[in-house]
Amino acid sequence: MEGSKGVVLLNCFVSPFGNRVRIALTKKGVEHEVTSENMVNKSALLLASNPVHAKVPVLLVAGKPVCESLVILEFIDEAFATSGEQLLPADAYARAQARFWAAYVDAKVPACAGKIWQSPTGALAVEEGKKEMVDVFKTLEAELGEKAYFAGESLGFADVALVTFAPWFLTYERLAGFSIAEECPVLTAWAARCAKENECVSKSLPDPEAVFQFVGGMRKHFGLQ
Amino acid sequence: MAAEKNVGLVLLNSSLSPFGQRCSIALAEKGLPHEYVEEDLAAKSDLLLRSNPIYKQVPVLLHDGRTIIESLIILQYLDEAFPDTRPLLPTDPYERAQARFWADYVDKKVYGCGSRLYMVKGEPQVPANIEMAGILKTLEGELGEKEFFGGEHGFGFLDIALVPFSTWFESFDKFWGVGVAEVAPKLAAWAARCMERESVSKNVFSPEKVSDFIGEMRKDLGIE
Repeated sequence: MEGSKGVVLLNCFVSPFGNRVRIALTKKGVEHEVTSENMVNKSALLLASNPVHAKVPVLLVAGKPVCESLVILEFIDEAFATSGEQLLPADAYARAQARFWAAYVDAKVPACAGKIWQSPTGALAVEEGKKEMVDVFKTLEAELGEKAYFAGESLGFADVALVTFAPWFLTYERLAGFSIAEECPVLTAWAARCAKENECVSKSLPDPEAVFQFVGGMRKHFGLQ
Repeated sequence: MAAEKNVGLVLLNSSLSPFGQRCSIALAEKGLPHEYVEEDLAAKSDLLLRSNPIYKQVPVLLHDGRTIIESLIILQYLDEAFPDTRPLLPTDPYERAQARFWADYVDKKVYGCGSRLYMVKGEPQVPANIEMAGILKTLEGELGEKEFFGGEHGFGFLDIALVPFSTWFESFDKFWGVGVAEVAPKLAAWAARCMERESVSKNVFSPEKVSDFIGEMRKDLGIE
């Protein structure tokens, strides 16, 4: 497989899914270009590369598309196996655990997050979303336990799957009126550790205030506030 | 019959679960001996609840006492933990990514839309109907002229992910007027080819059984 030629990521800077791919490519040292999609006015390239879902992220390698962020993460591990460390561990059982928790993040976090930021101001769904989110985060905290990272001593697959939601915490807090740091201190500390100890993370995550501004713009556009 | 080598595998399942059927098919394709435990989903065992406290669902694979959950994760685990058995995923990273993408599509779309179709009373609810026809056509597009979704690799990961839902095809027609033979004839032919494999025919519900099951469920729900 060619090294870094022609690796393009179609992304939107706030996307927790797209930013997982940014972290993985950066961690592996794979040279790549990142484009910025307007999710309200999608490019012809995005629509042609992901006809099934029409969503970011899409990874193009020499023009061939790979879609769905967790699928892309595994692809990066396998296609660029000789560069840098693998995101998934070597042991089969540990891999199954990592995949399970990443899938759990996808199954649970976007749904409750959506209730918070995609509902009109003051809707009942916002309160529901907040409660569900705290439950989900507490379950994740229990899984993290005393470990520095979900993967153990260093950043791994499940860590990357979850940490890209951290820039959104400020937005969830302001829209739903709660403090994630108070409700989930262990998770908050873990998120800070991910950014502090891993340049691939800090380089790939947007500023929380920028996310809040972006979401505010989207909400106004769709008449939610 | 010679004693089978004990590889410490136990599958907690319910025979009507298409997700569990995926695991049974995979174990059969790989020739992996295992203990099979049929769970009563109305009265789940302690073992199941302890092994899968988050979702409390089947299937659950136990390997030397350690639990692996989620059918597609179980399939990949079997490939990785038993590398000397027939692989389910191809070796090329791009082809593996395609197989994973489409298996995810089956989970999101076939299961998602199929579950919504269950709840339809009398005349088919037009959107869910049209959506399912579209999903089947999309899958047929991915199959193309291949014998199996696995292509040169043969019957594999994506075939296994989808095939348990293929015996629902007759019910899609009977209850909701989505005639798979007309809408996606290549997919219908693929389903018939899969049923010729013992691993599949022994582990999926027959179309008649699925039809009876759906009929019963709809009666229970007061839909007909």
